[in-house]
Amino acid sequence: MPEKFAADSVGLATPQTLQFDEPLQLRSGRTLPQYQLVIETYGELNAERSNAVLICHALSGHHHVAGYHSMDDDKPGWWDSAVGPGKVIDTNRFFVVGLNNLGGCHGSTGPQSINPETGTEYGPDFPLLTVRDWVKSQARLADRLGIETWAAVVGGSLGGMQALRWSIDYPHRLRHCLMIASASKLTAQNIAFNEVARQAISKDPEFHGGRYKEHNTIPKHGLMLARMLGHITYLSDDAMREKFGRELRSGELSYKYDADFEVESYLRYQGESFSEAFDANSYLLMTKALDYFDPSVDFDGDLVATLEAAQCRFLLVSFTTDWRFAPERSREVVDALVAAGKNVSYAEIESAHGHDAFLIPIPRYMAVFGRYMNRVAAELGLAIDTAIGSAMAKQERS
Amino acid sequence: MRADLDIIKEWIKPRSRVLDLGCGDGELLHFLQQNKQVQGYGMEINAGDISTCIDKGVNVIEQDLDQGLTNFQDKSFDMVIMTQALQAVERPDQVLDEMLRVGKETIVTFPNFGHWRARFYLALKGEMPVSKFLPYTWYNTPNIHFCTFKDFEALCRQKNIHIARRTVVNSKHRDHWITALWPNMLGEIAIYHVTT
Repeated sequence: MPEKFAADSVGLATPQTLQFDEPLQLRSGRTLPQYQLVIETYGELNAERSNAVLICHALSGHHHVAGYHSMDDDKPGWWDSAVGPGKVIDTNRFFVVGLNNLGGCHGSTGPQSINPETGTEYGPDFPLLTVRDWVKSQARLADRLGIETWAAVVGGSLGGMQALRWSIDYPHRLRHCLMIASASKLTAQNIAFNEVARQAISKDPEFHGGRYKEHNTIPKHGLMLARMLGHITYLSDDAMREKFGRELRSGELSYKYDADFEVESYLRYQGESFSEAFDANSYLLMTKALDYFDPSVDFDGDLVATLEAAQCRFLLVSFTTDWRFAPERSREVVDALVAAGKNVSYAEIESAHGHDAFLIPIPRYMAVFGRYMNRVAAELGLAIDTAIGSAMAKQERS
Repeated sequence: MRADLDIIKEWIKPRSRVLDLGCGDGELLHFLQQNKQVQGYGMEINAGDISTCIDKGVNVIEQDLDQGLTNFQDKSFDMVIMTQALQAVERPDQVLDEMLRVGKETIVTFPNFGHWRARFYLALKGEMPVSKFLPYTWYNTPNIHFCTFKDFEALCRQKNIHIARRTVVNSKHRDHWITALWPNMLGEIAIYHVTT
């Protein structure tokens, strides 16, 4: 709990709920008759409305990107390390928008919302959404906020897929696309992990075909297993070894089937807290959106042709030990962008943190990211914070 | 601008697609972008240089030359440039092949180890040459494949590579007429424009 906020924190943040009454035609063929999006914004939109940055969240993210909701919060928003005054996405210069995607479980319309047609919760009847649908809803959000063109659309992992989708579907509505630890499509191995997670949830006896709320229960064990599996794949072998080694909880083996090793109790704890905070139907929906994403399907699998439409500049970043969204996946996108003649830069950051690295303020990562954002600001004639530049240069040297 | 870059910038056609291998701080690409509207990409592995390219708005891709250029299609660039890096790659001959595969034309510059000062060092002092221009000692140098103009041209002949243009410069005097008289002895930097 912060006694007072750090100088580079956005401080207290208040979510807003926006109602949209125009039906949203979905990729699946179904329609959302109306919906709500929960958003959080930081910084000020300038008079030209040119300094807006959209943050797209990953699998378990939401609108609460930075700052705190109350003085009692233990933790700040999920990307507080990158968003704030003087941080890489500098809220002194940029107007930053975070949202909870449709189908999520943090306030935007999703499986836990009331279906206006039936008057009861959607639950498993909530339509499957795709990255394309999310981006469409985000474009309507931009309209609502009076933002014709984003200075940048930024996302990691599943968020990076949304940023890429923006560049293809709304090429004139963003100046920069920042795609971090992401891919233009999942590999079979990656889909396989998602399938195990989905099976864990849907085979939990408490799942009840997704209608667990009607039975006053939740598929806690399934969610827990899904998260434990996910967590393992987001870390690297080295990172786990370093963090836990073979440390024992009680100093000796119990010769019982309890959690002996630290890593076991850590995973159980992570899984358990996640299972209380995340909706199972939302988790299923998010993993399906990940699996389905492949913008090249509209162009017979030709990613170069897919990216012809893009007009923005791109920055891609990957991390050496990320095996869920390996550097090769980022390089495929970079190569296609180069072949399509688009402006792109790419950095491969040395890190032991696996996929999780994209949320960790690794000095070189922050330097590349920050300097790119400086460039975005410079192009728009936004004030350059020289203090940040020199701080970054110092970080890089260390 | 560095002497060799100052010369080759004139050899690049406006609005062409350029790949600069080992682009350093992006000085050349930045100039070409600003003045010749080229569509340029730099390849670099040095973190500080990559950041400087980003500062300048130069497209920079973190990729190790020694891993090859297999991610680029045949003849997908009008010009592939490699300045002062030939001597630092693991297999200069293979890199040259790759450059000629992905580029319609190629420019290579490298320090001439046949320069009189280098010869003097080795012949009279019996030590590996160290100079302001090549400041490393033998055990920590990134330059692992030194060659002379003559060596490079022998490689080109062997590979049937056509030398379209050749210039030698002295790092201070640029392309002085004296240098042109005896390039392998008096030229410090070799600049070759080659095609297949």
